[in-house]
Amino acid sequence: MRNRRWLGLAVGAALVAGACTGGPGGTPAPSLQTEIGEGEGELNLVIWAGYAERGEVDPNFDWVTPFEEETGCKVNATAMTDSNNGVSLMQSGDYDGISASGDATTRLIAGGIVAPVNTALLSNYANVFEGLKNLPHNTVDGVNYGVPHGRGPNLLMYNTEVVTEEPTSWTPVWDGTYGGKVSVYDSSIYIADAALHLMTTKPDLGITNPYQLNEEQFNEAIALLEAQRDAGALYWGTYADQIASYTAGDVVIGTSWQFQVNLMQADNQPIAGVLPEEGSTGWSDTWMIAKNAKHPNCMYLWMNHMMSAEANGQATVWFGEAPTSPQACEYAESISPGHCELTHANDEAYYDKIWYWSTPQADCADADDATTCKDQDDWVEAWTTLRGA
Amino acid sequence: MVESRGARIALRIATVLVLGFLYLPILVLAIYAFNESRIQAWPPVGFTLRWFGEAASNPAVARAVTNSLVAGAFATLVALVLGTLAALAVQRYEFFGRQTISFFLVLPIALPGVVTGIALRTSFVTLGIDFGLLTIVIGHATFCVVIVYNNVIARLRRLPRSPEEASADLGADGFTTFRRITLPAMRTALLSGGLLAFALSFDEIIVTNFTAGAGTQTIPMWILTAIQRPNELPVVNVVALVLVVVSVVPVWLAQRITGGEAAGVTR
Amino acid sequence: MTAPPVATSDAAPVAAGLGRRLARRLHPRRRLQVAMLLAGPVGWLVIAYLGALFILLLNAFWEKDAFTGRVEPFAWSLNAFEDLIGNEVYRTITVRTLGMAVLVTATDALLAFPIAYYMARIASPRMRNLLVIAVLMPLWAAYLVKVYAWRTILQGNGLVEWVLSPFGISGPGLDELMNSWLVLSYLWLPYMILPIYAGLERIPTSLLEASADLGAGAATTFRRVILPLVFPALVAGSIFTFSLTLGDYITPDLVSDAKFIGNVIYDNSSLGNLPLAAAFSLLPMGIMTVYLLLARRLGAFESL
Repeated sequence: MRNRRWLGLAVGAALVAGACTGGPGGTPAPSLQTEIGEGEGELNLVIWAGYAERGEVDPNFDWVTPFEEETGCKVNATAMTDSNNGVSLMQSGDYDGISASGDATTRLIAGGIVAPVNTALLSNYANVFEGLKNLPHNTVDGVNYGVPHGRGPNLLMYNTEVVTEEPTSWTPVWDGTYGGKVSVYDSSIYIADAALHLMTTKPDLGITNPYQLNEEQFNEAIALLEAQRDAGALYWGTYADQIASYTAGDVVIGTSWQFQVNLMQADNQPIAGVLPEEGSTGWSDTWMIAKNAKHPNCMYLWMNHMMSAEANGQATVWFGEAPTSPQACEYAESISPGHCELTHANDEAYYDKIWYWSTPQADCADADDATTCKDQDDWVEAWTTLRGA
Repeated sequence: MVESRGARIALRIATVLVLGFLYLPILVLAIYAFNESRIQAWPPVGFTLRWFGEAASNPAVARAVTNSLVAGAFATLVALVLGTLAALAVQRYEFFGRQTISFFLVLPIALPGVVTGIALRTSFVTLGIDFGLLTIVIGHATFCVVIVYNNVIARLRRLPRSPEEASADLGADGFTTFRRITLPAMRTALLSGGLLAFALSFDEIIVTNFTAGAGTQTIPMWILTAIQRPNELPVVNVVALVLVVVSVVPVWLAQRITGGEAAGVTR
Repeated sequence: MTAPPVATSDAAPVAAGLGRRLARRLHPRRRLQVAMLLAGPVGWLVIAYLGALFILLLNAFWEKDAFTGRVEPFAWSLNAFEDLIGNEVYRTITVRTLGMAVLVTATDALLAFPIAYYMARIASPRMRNLLVIAVLMPLWAAYLVKVYAWRTILQGNGLVEWVLSPFGISGPGLDELMNSWLVLSYLWLPYMILPIYAGLERIPTSLLEASADLGAGAATTFRRVILPLVFPALVAGSIFTFSLTLGDYITPDLVSDAKFIGNVIYDNSSLGNLPLAAAFSLLPMGIMTVYLLLARRLGAFESL
């Protein structure tokens, strides 16, 4: 017995020693890649569901197979449920790249999980709309950490047979009109949607940024969410989950993406999506490369591919988001006329009403030192408490 | 018979009801496997065989089946070796810590899989071990050991020592006695333990969700991702139905082998 | 160096000589034999399993950066534990999960007993074999698919709704905690049936006859003869129903939208708060260790 205990301690010590030397961040980071070499034959991606289609759902939408044939990089894509999940997956070191939203990008950069991108190596980068380049969520001190994929708002999705008049505001999602038949995104980032609603209903709270909330503003948002939960709202983590609950009639109204609206309408379901007058939260997605990626060449080839006219055009039409370049717009228009207008691809004024997902920070991400806000940990904990009770 | 007639009728009815309960969702999934619509509403809309065709021609399914078979085979092999060694030690020898060994062997299967899963995943990340078939096999083998162990030890308990003693008297050394007397006698336990371990590995999702990497999918992992894509749902039903039907063979085989002996640990 | 106990059947004379000499050397050294036998399994267990648990345990005491989510190795802190104790929701979730585990175990015991009794003592040998196969078969239908099938049965446009709507009752929908009770009881039922069946089979008929001869009715025989004899098997089965319910994170999420212990651990590990997940996993580990020790005392390990 004594022998075994000693053995256990020795093994534990060895493992702990291994922890110091191995793992992400342990080895020195590679400097900026200077050339794209041969593809390594495989590519592991963390994606938003629907970002890497290979024609299984609709044979007209396949931008993965042409990539695989051209580069020999076999694509393995894992869908993340929300940005927190995406960051965690990237921390495992098992993935080469991620299509990160703004609330993940800053954390990935600060955590040293992603490497800067040498955009000079990407021939398609020059085409990207200027308004999408060098934004704070993917560029730090002039160093570029990713290439844009697309952006869009979170929409109010509703069952047209039950909600007979098109809603003009988010209010029906919050005020209990539809009881428990509300579909809510199961992520801590949704607290911002509550805050957004408070910006119109309780302007005295003084919320200027739904992601940076002080104690009082935060508590009001949580109270709103608790009421919604107590009415019996259903929470969705995957788009399939949400689609199933709408189809089954378990929910009739809620927050969603154009993606689900498109899929359900293609299935002849009585569903529509609308952007209410108050605006909405939204996201702007960036392809990023992992710092110790096992297949960096394939990742660079993928990033270039996803900025090409066909790939970006198909992907953004499929998901229902805004393309990133005039060429992609042109292609998108050819398969879905009016797409660029509809998604306001080059309309920066439109996106002023959209609050991109960002990470809550203790310093409120502003110049004023005096202000303190609830940080990412507080948001996640509040969400856990909300969902667990 | 000790039981009254009334009791026997009541028990027969109870058995039928419980069996009905056990097979209700399987029946439902079988029906949906032939359902015309992708949407799984009740009642089903029409009859079609096209999902079977789609499942058969789906390369991801084929890869997942291969991975599951390979991972299961290796995990079972490791479990057979380690489980037999442990069972022999505990059953045939007296030593300090005997009780503790069997306690620790049960731990991987008794502690919730989610804990085993994140423990293994954290360790792999910390030690820089790449995710893939290796990590899957490590996870599966760890809780499959106890299944083989239980089967073998139960068998060893019932084995008379006299043939082994006779073998020793006739001049055979320890290894020969094991190889020619003990091992053949344990064969049924090894087979049933191995089959159960394989079954466990084949259907495992809770731990595999943590230990598989991006590039390797077993059947349960494929099902998990497919369930999240509404268009793949009918194919999932087909795959599950085929699994149930195909598995009649090994289950029936295991039952024949144990020949009425009480079934060991099944998970 | 360590010769495997199973030599090849067509070993050359030299190797056979080696084998015999090794066997002769080992024969008196019983402790060395045990050590060699146990080296593999114990080594594996300690390194692959206990080692992994140890690393997880370490993470529970390490600091996590609030912004990036990175765990700082050796930055000792009790933050995770403070969070767990300070926030009431974790107590709520624990009580909910424990309650569900007890409920599921009791339900499965009740459901399993009649069929196990029928299989063990009333069915003909052929029927018995068929029934064992019939009980084992659902275990081969993928866990996920069974849960999802239940989801389609319970959801708004599913079987239950279709059956109940002519009577004006609406189905449970997917927000019901009791959905989890139903599905979890369903999933682990075979794990309860088989040990109880094995336990009942071992009871000699003579005991039951003697009890009847002494004038005991069915209820008394059950209470005073059968139940005590089959109790270890019941406990053995309950290890699975209890443990599997304690750690499940997939079923509660798919059919009931509620959060259990398994969900807290899974969510925190997949959402980047590993120290919290690690700290919280000490709870089910502790509960099951105590449960196992109790079960061992009650003789359940013989019935596994």
